[in-house]
Amino acid sequence: MADGNETTTSRLGLALFWIYVALYGSFMGLVLVRPDLLSWRPFGGVNLAIASGMGLIAGAFILAVVYMVARAGR
Amino acid sequence: MLHETSPLAVLIFAAFVVGVIGLSFWLGRKKQSAAAYYAAHGEVHWFVNGIAFAGDYLSAASFLGICGMIAFSGYDGFLYSIGFLAGWVVALFVIAEPIKALGRFTFADALDAKFNSRGIKMAVAISTLVVSIFYLIPQMVGAGSLITPLLGLPQSVGVVLVGVAVTLIVVTAGMVSTTWVQFIKGSLLVFFCGILTVMILGRGLLVNAGRPGTEDLTPQVKTIRPDGTVLIDGQPQTRDHDLRPVGTILRLPERYAGQTATGPLKPLEYLAALGDSTIVTWSATRHSDEQGTHITYSPVEKKGADLLKPGGYFKGLSSGTLAGRLDFASLMLALFCGTASLPHILIRYYTVKDGAAARKSTVVGIAAIGVFYVLTLYLGLGAMTSGGLDPTDTNMAAPLLAKSFSTTLFAIISAIAFTTVLGTVSGLIMAGSGAVAHDLVENVFGVPMTDHEKVRCGKIAAVVLGVIAMALGILFKNFNVSFLVGWAFNIAASANLPALVMLLFWPRTTKQGIIAAVTVGMVASLGWILLSADTFEKVYGLSRDLAPMPFSQPGLVTIPLGFLVLVAVSLLTPRRAEGNGFR
Repeated sequence: MADGNETTTSRLGLALFWIYVALYGSFMGLVLVRPDLLSWRPFGGVNLAIASGMGLIAGAFILAVVYMVARAGR
Repeated sequence: MLHETSPLAVLIFAAFVVGVIGLSFWLGRKKQSAAAYYAAHGEVHWFVNGIAFAGDYLSAASFLGICGMIAFSGYDGFLYSIGFLAGWVVALFVIAEPIKALGRFTFADALDAKFNSRGIKMAVAISTLVVSIFYLIPQMVGAGSLITPLLGLPQSVGVVLVGVAVTLIVVTAGMVSTTWVQFIKGSLLVFFCGILTVMILGRGLLVNAGRPGTEDLTPQVKTIRPDGTVLIDGQPQTRDHDLRPVGTILRLPERYAGQTATGPLKPLEYLAALGDSTIVTWSATRHSDEQGTHITYSPVEKKGADLLKPGGYFKGLSSGTLAGRLDFASLMLALFCGTASLPHILIRYYTVKDGAAARKSTVVGIAAIGVFYVLTLYLGLGAMTSGGLDPTDTNMAAPLLAKSFSTTLFAIISAIAFTTVLGTVSGLIMAGSGAVAHDLVENVFGVPMTDHEKVRCGKIAAVVLGVIAMALGILFKNFNVSFLVGWAFNIAASANLPALVMLLFWPRTTKQGIIAAVTVGMVASLGWILLSADTFEKVYGLSRDLAPMPFSQPGLVTIPLGFLVLVAVSLLTPRRAEGNGFR
């Protein structure tokens, strides 16, 4: 159980985890504190609220793939 | 609204249920071992397991609740999607591999792996049951609200039908049949939501949804008289004299001046054009007098841009009150922490062969679930402007959107929505069955059982849970289903996550610490919910102001409380013997 493999999982996994926490936390912070900024429409008429929501969904997938590939390569 | 029942819908739906139950009986034709019943032998392929994750997780709340919320309140439903998906990050990066390595059949196995303590098994089994039951309620309510428009039967019949079908699926082949039902459901759900989204984009935006009758914007009044009869605008409700369907675009953006339709749009163009349109949504107000309860549905003209920003459903965000913001922050924290603490998700890690398969199946799950949530945004917005919404029932938004295209599609989507309920409920009953039979009866009470008896015990537990689920589904029928799922996430995150995380990362954790954290997290979050303003208003029928809790979602307080209790109690109790540490 407590083999070295478990520890490497934790390190890479935790690094990616904290990256996502920072992204998710900043977005929720914006929603709570400056929701007016989310009405800004820089992306061809799509507002920041929708763009960042889609970004968070895509971001989770990208980090997941990074993790899977990195772990498989060990 | 009274809905026409279509014979085709009944047929597709019946074929589906018969097919799924038939498959379950076929999978369960051989005598089973406990390893097969509880964990499908640990031999499920990672891809199948990944899609089954989606089938397990994408519940009635995701499909019906979020679509309805976006259709009636705009962007805020998408915040649920973001939070629901973010929780998978915790599952993959922190929980997946240890839980796979530590446990065998249930979540309690994993938490208890280092201690062999009956106290831990008991506390975790009870928290598993509480979370599963809270999660079951919205699923069953969703089933009930579908059966009336689909088959023209009373709400309670839908609840019983789901209860019976699911119990059959679980008792025939346990985790094997549950996995395949969830795989089929997950694939169908994502596939048909994709088709619907393509059709929405192909249709583009139409003034008054291109349907005659929807341009009438006079308020509508539904009266429920003391004897139970229903009046619409003062006349008895019939098929010909009913509430008008709602949800339309009043004006297209200026660049389409003089036109009544945009024609086909690309995904981003659709969002941009909607943002520049003027949309009519309908809101309800109710008052009672001696003639009965009157519910008035009134049109509200809104700018598309205002519907595509936060604050439409979470009023606390737009009003800016501190309690409202804390309530929202608390919900988003619970969604983030809750996914990886849900017993029916965690048990799916025991159906694959090793850590690598657990990882790969989670990535497949994240892909399928992420795609689905992006599609839900389009489904919700498509429903908002489809001219086909039932103003009395937010949960019907997705099927009625399908109906605005064709009755065949309505039949298919309704059948899929119903299967959605089957897939998730079977996972929950499975998790509950393991908690009762494997954790409580076998490990806590120490009843000696042969392998065959363990399977039988699990099946009896599944039948009992099925009956409880049916009773609760009938009791709680008037709730928006997403709202209730939020509660289940709060309880799961408060009771299970602190124990799970600290066990993995803090060697000083003791068994007393785990028992205390699970118990306090569960009792505190449940107690908070029962004393919150939302429960006072919607369950007890009392005034919101009487509720003692400052906001309704407990996670912001009770998740840190669980960690605090674990640390305090662990420091006050003796260390584990050397050599027993996790790392």
